[in-house]
Amino acid sequence: MEKVNVKNLHKYFEKLEVLKGIDLVIEEGEVVCLIGPSGSGKSTFLRCLNQLEETTHGEVIIDGRNLTDKNSNINKLRENIGMVFQQFNLFPHLTAAENIMLAPVDLKKMTKTEAAKRAGELLEMVGLSEKFDEYPANLSGGQQQRVAIARALAMSPDIMLFDEPTSALDPEMVGEVLGVMKQLAKDGMTMIVVTHEMGFAREVADRVIFMDEGVIVEQGKPEEVFGNPQNERTQNFLNMVL
Amino acid sequence: MSFFELFKQSLPSFLKGMGVTLQMTFFALLIAIVLGMLVCFFRISKSKILNIIASIYVDIIRGTPLLAQAFFLYFGLTAALGFQISNTNAGIIVLALNAGAYLSEIFRSGINAVNKGQMEAARSLGLPYSKAMSKVILPQAIRIVIPSVMNQFIITLKDTTIISVIGAPELIKAANIVAARTFRNFEVYAMIALMYFIVIFTLTKISTYIERRLSNGKGKR
Repeated sequence: MEKVNVKNLHKYFEKLEVLKGIDLVIEEGEVVCLIGPSGSGKSTFLRCLNQLEETTHGEVIIDGRNLTDKNSNINKLRENIGMVFQQFNLFPHLTAAENIMLAPVDLKKMTKTEAAKRAGELLEMVGLSEKFDEYPANLSGGQQQRVAIARALAMSPDIMLFDEPTSALDPEMVGEVLGVMKQLAKDGMTMIVVTHEMGFAREVADRVIFMDEGVIVEQGKPEEVFGNPQNERTQNFLNMVL
Repeated sequence: MSFFELFKQSLPSFLKGMGVTLQMTFFALLIAIVLGMLVCFFRISKSKILNIIASIYVDIIRGTPLLAQAFFLYFGLTAALGFQISNTNAGIIVLALNAGAYLSEIFRSGINAVNKGQMEAARSLGLPYSKAMSKVILPQAIRIVIPSVMNQFIITLKDTTIISVIGAPELIKAANIVAARTFRNFEVYAMIALMYFIVIFTLTKISTYIERRLSNGKGKR
């Protein structure tokens, strides 16, 4: 079933065109990895999907609802789209559990007790039960990112966006975060992941998309894109990173 | 008259003066905090008109001396518009307008100092702007601005001395009266300097205590 449909998406920063017309359909439960050199527009594209970045023109349709329509309730639609950031962006004045509980309680989706129970479950899922009352400053980078994933899951979204989730981590912490993401993928979450972790993309992705200079250059199954890239730009990029 | 006698004789009027000083400071700051927040939101709002109103206000206050503002309000405006106002109330208004402008800038810099990613993370969870502001940005901004806000409180307290020129019966005014009557300028002004020092020193200590308490165990980034 079609989950995400992006039609002719363009994005300008002032006069600079960062996204030059992107069309993309993503199926429910699909794991899509976006790869490409920095400045290729892949993070901007991801941020357009939940409208953290306003699109200049084109449409983003998720579950049949048009996010680019000015009349749609963007806050309501975002509840369904979890996002994980490169810099974690945990709320430093709140504990791990409070970070997770904030949205469900404040948006009146759960009572405090329900939300606390849910926070406990989510922290257990990411392997951090014992950090329930810990402030972010007392957690390692990998732990913070796992709490951030738990927080993004608190509103029970059915799409998850990951914006280079392991790029700010020390190498020894990358594995624990990727582990949680693999589990999510296995559980059938629709995931769109901007990443430089080619190993993860090869192993977990249903589809790999190579972007460069604001367009989708090439896409396909990981073994096709990594094993037999057709476009010269894809070949050059993969030669440099693999 | 011995120093002790002078002290005993003038202390009641000094304490009364200090009372007026503190009272003026308190009410001025109360108004200034509300005003400062309002102007701060005008300044960060998306409305161009609100931005302009706020920056004109801040520029006028910052660009003119407090003494001129006090004269303008107490002698100028009252004469032009034909109304009466007590010198204490005029003092409170001038101090409030003054501190309000500086506080609005302090608040704004505090909000700007919170990492941009915090707003994005909050919005990505589905929180509307107002909720993201009140639950995520402001609690962090408040912690950031406490030292500067306390500093502004102290500046406003000191600025009450300037209000003596429009005749408000605050501590400087009380000292002037005693000094004129006794000719003991040195002792009189030394005494009130000490009184200011005690009050301000105490305030500084309280502010350090609050800062320390707020950062204990909590996340710092």
